[in-house]
Amino acid sequence: MLYKEGENGNRIPSGCAISGIFSKSGKRINGEDIIKSISVMHDRSNGLGGGFAGYGIYPEYKRQYAFHVFYDSNDAKEVCERYLDRHFDVINLSKIPITRIPEIKDEPLIWRYFVDPLPTKLAASQLDEKEYVVRCVNKINTQLDGCYVFSCGKNMGVFKAVGYPEDVGRFYRLNEYEGYCWTAHGRYPTNTPGWWGGAHPFAMLDYSIVHNGEISSYDANRRFIEMYGYKCSLLTDTEVITYITDYLLRKQGLTLEEMASVVAAPFWSTIEHMEEPKRSRLLYLRNTFASLLITGPFSILLGFTGGMMALNDRLKLRSMVVGEKSDMVYIASEECAIRVVQPDLDKIWAPRGGEPVIVKLNEEAMGGIM
Amino acid sequence: MVRDYLYPEYEVVRDRDKCIACRVCERQCANEVHRYDEELEKMTADSSKCVNCHRCVCLCPTHALKIVKSDHTFKVNANWTNEAISDVIRQAGTGATLLASMGNPQEYPVYWDKMLINASQVTNPSIDPLREPMETRTYLGKKPHKIERDKKGDIVPNTPPRIELSTPIMFSAMSYGSISYNAHASLARAAQELGILYNTGEGGLHKDFYKYGPNTIVQVASGRFGVYEDYLNAGAAIEIKMGQGAKPGIGGHLPGAKIVGDISRTRMIPEGTDAISPAPHHDIYSIEDLRQLVFSLKEACDYKKPVIVKIAAVHNVAAIASGIARSGADIIAIDGYRGGTGAAPKRIRDNVGIPIELALASVDQRLRDEGIRGDVSVVVGGSIRNSADIVKAIALGADAVYIATSALLALGCHLCRSCQAGKCNWGIATQVPELVRRLNPDDGAERLVNLVNAWTHEIKEMMGGMGINSIEALRGNRLMLRGIGLNEKELEILGIKHAGE
Repeated sequence: MLYKEGENGNRIPSGCAISGIFSKSGKRINGEDIIKSISVMHDRSNGLGGGFAGYGIYPEYKRQYAFHVFYDSNDAKEVCERYLDRHFDVINLSKIPITRIPEIKDEPLIWRYFVDPLPTKLAASQLDEKEYVVRCVNKINTQLDGCYVFSCGKNMGVFKAVGYPEDVGRFYRLNEYEGYCWTAHGRYPTNTPGWWGGAHPFAMLDYSIVHNGEISSYDANRRFIEMYGYKCSLLTDTEVITYITDYLLRKQGLTLEEMASVVAAPFWSTIEHMEEPKRSRLLYLRNTFASLLITGPFSILLGFTGGMMALNDRLKLRSMVVGEKSDMVYIASEECAIRVVQPDLDKIWAPRGGEPVIVKLNEEAMGGIM
Repeated sequence: MVRDYLYPEYEVVRDRDKCIACRVCERQCANEVHRYDEELEKMTADSSKCVNCHRCVCLCPTHALKIVKSDHTFKVNANWTNEAISDVIRQAGTGATLLASMGNPQEYPVYWDKMLINASQVTNPSIDPLREPMETRTYLGKKPHKIERDKKGDIVPNTPPRIELSTPIMFSAMSYGSISYNAHASLARAAQELGILYNTGEGGLHKDFYKYGPNTIVQVASGRFGVYEDYLNAGAAIEIKMGQGAKPGIGGHLPGAKIVGDISRTRMIPEGTDAISPAPHHDIYSIEDLRQLVFSLKEACDYKKPVIVKIAAVHNVAAIASGIARSGADIIAIDGYRGGTGAAPKRIRDNVGIPIELALASVDQRLRDEGIRGDVSVVVGGSIRNSADIVKAIALGADAVYIATSALLALGCHLCRSCQAGKCNWGIATQVPELVRRLNPDDGAERLVNLVNAWTHEIKEMMGGMGINSIEALRGNRLMLRGIGLNEKELEILGIKHAGE
């Protein structure tokens, strides 16, 4: 019996491939490269999910939230659009362009909206803008049948489907997009849900996560994060990691390094041997957010506006390598996925478990995307 | 009276071929079961006095002794069991409440034994604790709600006072008086060596044990025995005892005969007076009163110690725990109906309260539903029998466990459930100097350390099997448990799936 993720209350573990490409100078990279990179790791996926996140791809609408939405039917679309009209000023809407190929079947209706929150509604909600958007998206995803917003950040977008990632990339015509950062995911779930929303990346506002691994702390993490208004409905690791990221970075205001030291905390014995004030700070963070420690194998790529972070679990139970060539940074599950797009690297290394690799746009480039 | 004679439940069996009449059994038995018959030149035994504590069995140099359950019986009756009939006969003779000791021994379900633990296969790796670090360090206390930063942007360390444990196990409350000086000394030394805590119970803290303060929880119970400023500041935490799993809703009574010497001084009451702990705290008749006591104690220790509130697991335990979490308490300790006691009315011990597994599951879930789980740590006790029980308790949501019966077993207790008689042959639940001397605190501490280390090792093995290398990733991780032979309602309360799901 096949279920949509989370539908029968069962968690579905999956193995995966991940890849990321980043230009620190804000050079716009064509989507073709990331397809090439992830396709080398074909065997790490099983055709049951692939996806991409691109940053800096919508310069013409960079101040609007870009919603990517799956609809099961035209009725669902009408319901959702009525909801969007009541809560947002819709600046532009269109079908997301696709190429029909035999490898990708049963696609839902896929639409894109560039929206601004309605100022009156936003003021009445007494929420900050981001929280307002998050709540509206959650409302659509949990309460409007047959509607699923799978991307809602500014100047970024997620493209995902059931299929091998290279086919998904062709399907979405990623060669028609250019961005300073791309991440990709090929999925190997151990059950066959066949629902497009269950593919990865998983995104919330401008955070997007691709993840490889199966975390053993899942239910401890889930039950903790659900105290803070999140609802894990897909029951996937990536979903809970995305919520943890959002909670620590956006709601608690931690830095990326601090967040890394919570989810992949150093061992107590390592902390004890650190110099002050680092020692106290890490002791504090680990104890305060004890339930957000993630154990078991993971390698994640977190995309966000102006940057990308890669992180392995603290034992490094998943492979992940980083390559650099002048202003370009490449991160992937396997070295071959980097070499295929950039054979001539300045530097290549495997980051240690729990050691975050953070890359950001330089200042000039940062000014350009905002 | 003749008609009140009850044949002994257990019989002493002596192998005549092995017995050398050395009279060790006679000297060791405080209940005077064994006697040497000069005329017959052989040992005899009066089984009616035997409590089945195995002291003689263990010390007999030729292993000539064993204790067997008597096959003597009333006419077999599924309703009127031997126990039911005997109890009626006893009470008709005495007109008294039946007294009992240690935890509820009745045949109720043991939910620990109806839960199974997960392990990794293929999709993620198990972790070998002999090769990789495996962390059991536990902090108990409130977690800060919000990160605060100073002007430079550095994080302000706003963590409330807390307890650090090397492993999520503590020795739970047993008062000096209910157990002996040497038993307390063993617990204190073991706690210090293990990097965990023991608990004074409500009998005050003997002056010799103030040096173990950093490994001590000082208890404040309804009798307030031995409570004064230095005592409150002596330990690592203060526990308000509202209830006990073995006897929810009632107080305690240490007879005047046991209030002698150091016990009288430590409890701060005159020698020979009964130490009566009232059923309720007479300054706590509702939740808002509890809040006042919590903060009085915090004032007394200048807000430097976490305050634990210990309650018995009763029917509406989740709502009570929610109230306690909002009372300013840092830690809630819940004691299940299997929890031990030095003396309790038998009917209460056997019929009042609920299983700790269900209480824990519903408390943890309620606190999460209300978003206040981080405001308190949850410690559970009331029959933790082995390391698997601990793994299951933590996966259900406990931060740590309290053990007492297991600790006493490590010290030599054989669970004869006769503590109330005060003649413990193992030197634990007695104040008779000759008996107390039988428990050597060096030996006792070593055995407690062995037990906790062995359990910790097993916990690490099980965690590693699940692919978890830190205890906090197991806490509340209910997906790591499956029920076996449980009905829908039980699964719902425990918040777990059935095996095979």
